[in-house]
Amino acid sequence: MSEQGEGMRTLEEQQEMEDKVISPEKAEEAKLKARYPNLGAKPGGSDFLRKRLQKGPKYFDSGDYNMAKAKMKNKQLPSAPTEKAEITGDHIPTPQDLPQRKTSIVASKLAV
Amino acid sequence: MAGPGGDMQWCFSQVKGAIDDDVAEADIISTVEFNHTGELLATGDKGGRVVIFQQEVENKNLPQFRSEYNVYSTFQSHEPEFDYLKSLEIEEKINKIRWLPQKNAAQFLLSTNDKTIKLWKISERDKRPEGYNLKEEDGRYRDPNTITALRVPILIPMDLMVEASPRRVFSNAHTYHINSISVNSDNETYLSADDLRINLWNLEITDRSFNIVDIKPANMEELTEVITAAEFHPLQCNTFVYSSSKGTIRLCDMRVSALCDKHSKLFEEPENPSNRSFFSEIISSISDVKFSHNGRYMMTRDYLSVKIWDLNMENRPVETYQVHEYLRSKLCSLYENDCIFDKFECCWNGNDSVVMTGSYNNFFRMFERGQRRDATLEASRENSKPLQVLKPRKVCTGGKRKKDEISVDSLDFNKKILHTAWHPQDNIIAVATTNNLYIFQDKVN
Repeated sequence: MSEQGEGMRTLEEQQEMEDKVISPEKAEEAKLKARYPNLGAKPGGSDFLRKRLQKGPKYFDSGDYNMAKAKMKNKQLPSAPTEKAEITGDHIPTPQDLPQRKTSIVASKLAV
Repeated sequence: MAGPGGDMQWCFSQVKGAIDDDVAEADIISTVEFNHTGELLATGDKGGRVVIFQQEVENKNLPQFRSEYNVYSTFQSHEPEFDYLKSLEIEEKINKIRWLPQKNAAQFLLSTNDKTIKLWKISERDKRPEGYNLKEEDGRYRDPNTITALRVPILIPMDLMVEASPRRVFSNAHTYHINSISVNSDNETYLSADDLRINLWNLEITDRSFNIVDIKPANMEELTEVITAAEFHPLQCNTFVYSSSKGTIRLCDMRVSALCDKHSKLFEEPENPSNRSFFSEIISSISDVKFSHNGRYMMTRDYLSVKIWDLNMENRPVETYQVHEYLRSKLCSLYENDCIFDKFECCWNGNDSVVMTGSYNNFFRMFERGQRRDATLEASRENSKPLQVLKPRKVCTGGKRKKDEISVDSLDFNKKILHTAWHPQDNIIAVATTNNLYIFQDKVN
């Protein structure tokens, strides 16, 4: 019985070795499984697809989103106007005082 | 195609965009499309902007030098938005641009981001009225009591002004991300496809659309495939196709039923089960599907190949072209750096005899169908002298590397050509690298 078992295992190993020689794809798969042993068996499965359906980072709420956008903008434009800071507390702001919601439109470099 | 004696010799014509290597994300080109005459060339970018180039009237004195494309109009098509219900950002990146056939003096195009499609009107203004009776030239109103005589205002020429205005906004019809739009040959309707659904719109009506395909399973745990691209047949207004992440294409006939969940034809190449690997499904995912101009064939692009299908034969493609087969032994690292998920597009030439698609290292590939010839060309600033003929490139897969060859390990996988377009009639091609647009033309007129 054990002899038969050993014989079968050798055949499987042989098939695997043959696969690596014949198919570079299978060799790559073996490489991947060696690096990530916890990788699921079904690569095209629903987890993978569902991640695809929801691309992009999820924010906690719109405040979180606007903060993240502001941080990005500050990185690009370090000189933010400071006179607007006086508005809070001293007087009732009017629509003209509030900063524009739309970002300034930078022309595409293709259109130069 | 490459070298003397070949049918086509490609020459550098123009390059648009910044030279510096520091690429701002907004400048990444996300779509390229010629209009139906080839006179206009539109690009969309990740920053939501559209730039339209116009071909100048040909210079008859220099027959070998075809006309150039210069900036005609540019506008901000989409802006970033925030989906308050899902707390997710809606990118302003332009996923696709599709031109409408020209009906009057103005040009119309559809541009879409992940959620909203817009119809833009691009019109020219080259005259302005002058000589109003009640208004001064600067716009101030005149006191009617001071007017003693009447005159007829006249139209005087002015510098050409090209204006783009949004005429329709088609929103709130897609829960998932729009990957395709396609104008119907009936010139009245168009389809928009997201990961799980396809909707049919009337170009005039923005508050309603018909759902024609819905592959969302009742239980999302059972999700096995998504829609990757969709297109209307160029001649039959009742027919469209959509491709999937599993490598299949379904052809649907809208006359059969209102909801086209059941396909009329299913195109799928049988796979040898013993060849199946972890990567099989991922690399079989179709990133683009395009009908031939004559409507008899369709072309699909998966990660490693381009396939041409005869619409009358569902069980296998009639032609298969390997784009970069040498990557098959690099799939592990391509999976790790996410390149295996890159979505390459493909396109036909005007008479459906040649197909083109992009690759890495700013290489792009052309396949001449009848001649069984193919070429690898490169879009780079080093080959950008006016009318410089592009030298064919070769990737060395193993063994001794010849002088001009480049080895697979030296390829720059950050330099990808995902978007290419071919002029509808002439041999002029537009190739988009990350942030530059190259225009090449065939040497022989």
